[in-house]
Amino acid sequence: MSQLELTQAQRVREQRAREGSPWTGLWAVVVKEMADHLTSVRMRILELLIILTAGGTVYAALQNLRQGAGQDRFLFLRLFTTSREPLPAFIGFLGFLIPLVAIALAFDAINGEFNQRTLSRVLAQPIYRDALLMGKFLAGFFTLALVLAAIWLLIMGLGIIGLGLPPSGEEVARSLWFLVVALFYGGIWLALAMLFSVIFRQPATAALASIAVWLFFTVFWDMIVGVLVPVLSPVRFGLPEERIAQIETALTLTRLSPNTLYTEATIGLLSPSVRSFGLVLPSQLQGAILGTPLPLGQSLLLIWPQLTGLIAATILLFALGYILFQRQEIRA
Amino acid sequence: MNAPVIETQGLTKRYGDFVAVDSLDLSVLPGHVFGLLGPNGSGKTTTILMLLGLTEPTEGQVRVLGFDPERQPLSVKSRVGYLPDQVGFYDDLTARENLIYIAKLNGLRRDEAHRRADDALARMGLADVADHPVGTFSRGMRQRLGVAEVLLKQPQLIIMDEPTQGLDPEAAREFLEIIRQLRAEGITVLLSSHLLHQVQEVCDHVGLFHRGRMVLEGTVQELARQVLGSAYRIHLELAEPSEAVERALSQVPGIQKVVHRGEGRYELEAQEDHRAQVARAVVEAGGQLLALDVDAPSLDEIYAHYFQEVEHVPA
Repeated sequence: MSQLELTQAQRVREQRAREGSPWTGLWAVVVKEMADHLTSVRMRILELLIILTAGGTVYAALQNLRQGAGQDRFLFLRLFTTSREPLPAFIGFLGFLIPLVAIALAFDAINGEFNQRTLSRVLAQPIYRDALLMGKFLAGFFTLALVLAAIWLLIMGLGIIGLGLPPSGEEVARSLWFLVVALFYGGIWLALAMLFSVIFRQPATAALASIAVWLFFTVFWDMIVGVLVPVLSPVRFGLPEERIAQIETALTLTRLSPNTLYTEATIGLLSPSVRSFGLVLPSQLQGAILGTPLPLGQSLLLIWPQLTGLIAATILLFALGYILFQRQEIRA
Repeated sequence: MNAPVIETQGLTKRYGDFVAVDSLDLSVLPGHVFGLLGPNGSGKTTTILMLLGLTEPTEGQVRVLGFDPERQPLSVKSRVGYLPDQVGFYDDLTARENLIYIAKLNGLRRDEAHRRADDALARMGLADVADHPVGTFSRGMRQRLGVAEVLLKQPQLIIMDEPTQGLDPEAAREFLEIIRQLRAEGITVLLSSHLLHQVQEVCDHVGLFHRGRMVLEGTVQELARQVLGSAYRIHLELAEPSEAVERALSQVPGIQKVVHRGEGRYELEAQEDHRAQVARAVVEAGGQLLALDVDAPSLDEIYAHYFQEVEHVPA
């Protein structure tokens, strides 16, 4: 009997679903990619850079803090946020080091396999494309998490030695939440670089495109917002409503940039006395005791939109790359 | 077990207006070595990708080992080994690490993966370089590593795309020997190539591709009969050519054509090897035979002849 002669029922059942799980082989990919990341020269250089900046900024912050120690309830958090000329604060450094690391982890994820001619060989194994792309993303994500966790431990350790105090539970909780924010901020750039690695055949093009987007948001977006705001919500008569509308437009526009989301979320978490990022009217401050810290739950509520924004952007970019990769022809 | 290993019906792939593969009916029997021949861009690689479920057919049916590669790709890919053209490896990893990764993607357990990787490397003569990074390997070594990777899965069917392209003659000869060994083990092999004399050496069956269609199919002998008309060419040289001898030659049963090439040299076309009869005819007609030789049909000739013919027909 010919194998093409299948019963009708069998054929209908087959056409409904693909067999097996799309995640078959996922962990094999994750393990291999993470091993690659952690042993690559590229990552060693970046890790060294991050550790040097972490050490340098925290040392500078410690010098500052020693002079006014004792008054602050959240001394450990100040390690992350205190800057001393000419060095920016550690979170500021991370604001541009994280995108750099994330882009370095993913810009040759797919096109690198193409150019090495390994893609068709790997996809000829019993796995779906889902496992390859997801595995590469997760490997980058875990590597980033590993690097961030290492830095976090380093700073905490330096803090304990330098300040002579253990961190409080809330300080630990807040700085761990900060790690989550930083991780998803990196997730955006990871997913973006991976998207470009699907689109562009040359890894160099993908890297440059990712860096161009990053530069756009870091340098040019604020200028563009400055130009756009007077056009979108002009102040014609000098009314307070007009002024408020203008400031709100400006805030909305700047929040389209992942950098803004990251900065706001970080400030909200690491400076517990921050109560709002927008305009605060005197009427809204009635009954508030200025300068008192918010409880962690309230700070989290404050930064919730920023955090979900970061996570949503990561998922969106990954989904876009996923769709493009599924449709791509794998022959060179 | 005589059901075909690969069976396609009306398999078609279009990219926009371009038809890469045009209603292909292919059937490969178990234990055979099947050669897909054709110039570059004639649809060989696209066909292979569709057999593996790496590209979706526009129309038509495919069954590989009884599975539909489009709907059951995992079943197909865990039983079929694929050696792509210009096979690539992770250059920073060693040969063994490359194989272990593939073994893990196939869901093998750690100890089993190591055992099979060692076996496959030893079999391909790569045991000494198992822990060298693949970046240092020559083209021939990579190709053998590719076969080692395919053997790792213990496949029932191996598909090779241009396996001998870019290999030096010695490496290519070794590679053909590997294919013969695989065949002796009962593994079905489908290979594509445009290096005809090599295909001829190892293939039981060949299919000739032209513009996405399989225009000829059969054993090399059958193709020769179809395209060249006569499969054997007998060359002979006479000391004193004469009319009588020439007449005697054309009367030998089975000889279809006698061509005088000058200086006593003749070329005869026949469907079988008729050297003995030819020699007798020459001697009986009083001729003096200096040399007698026969050309078995070569794929090169069939190929050249076929494409000469189709070029005269406007597409």
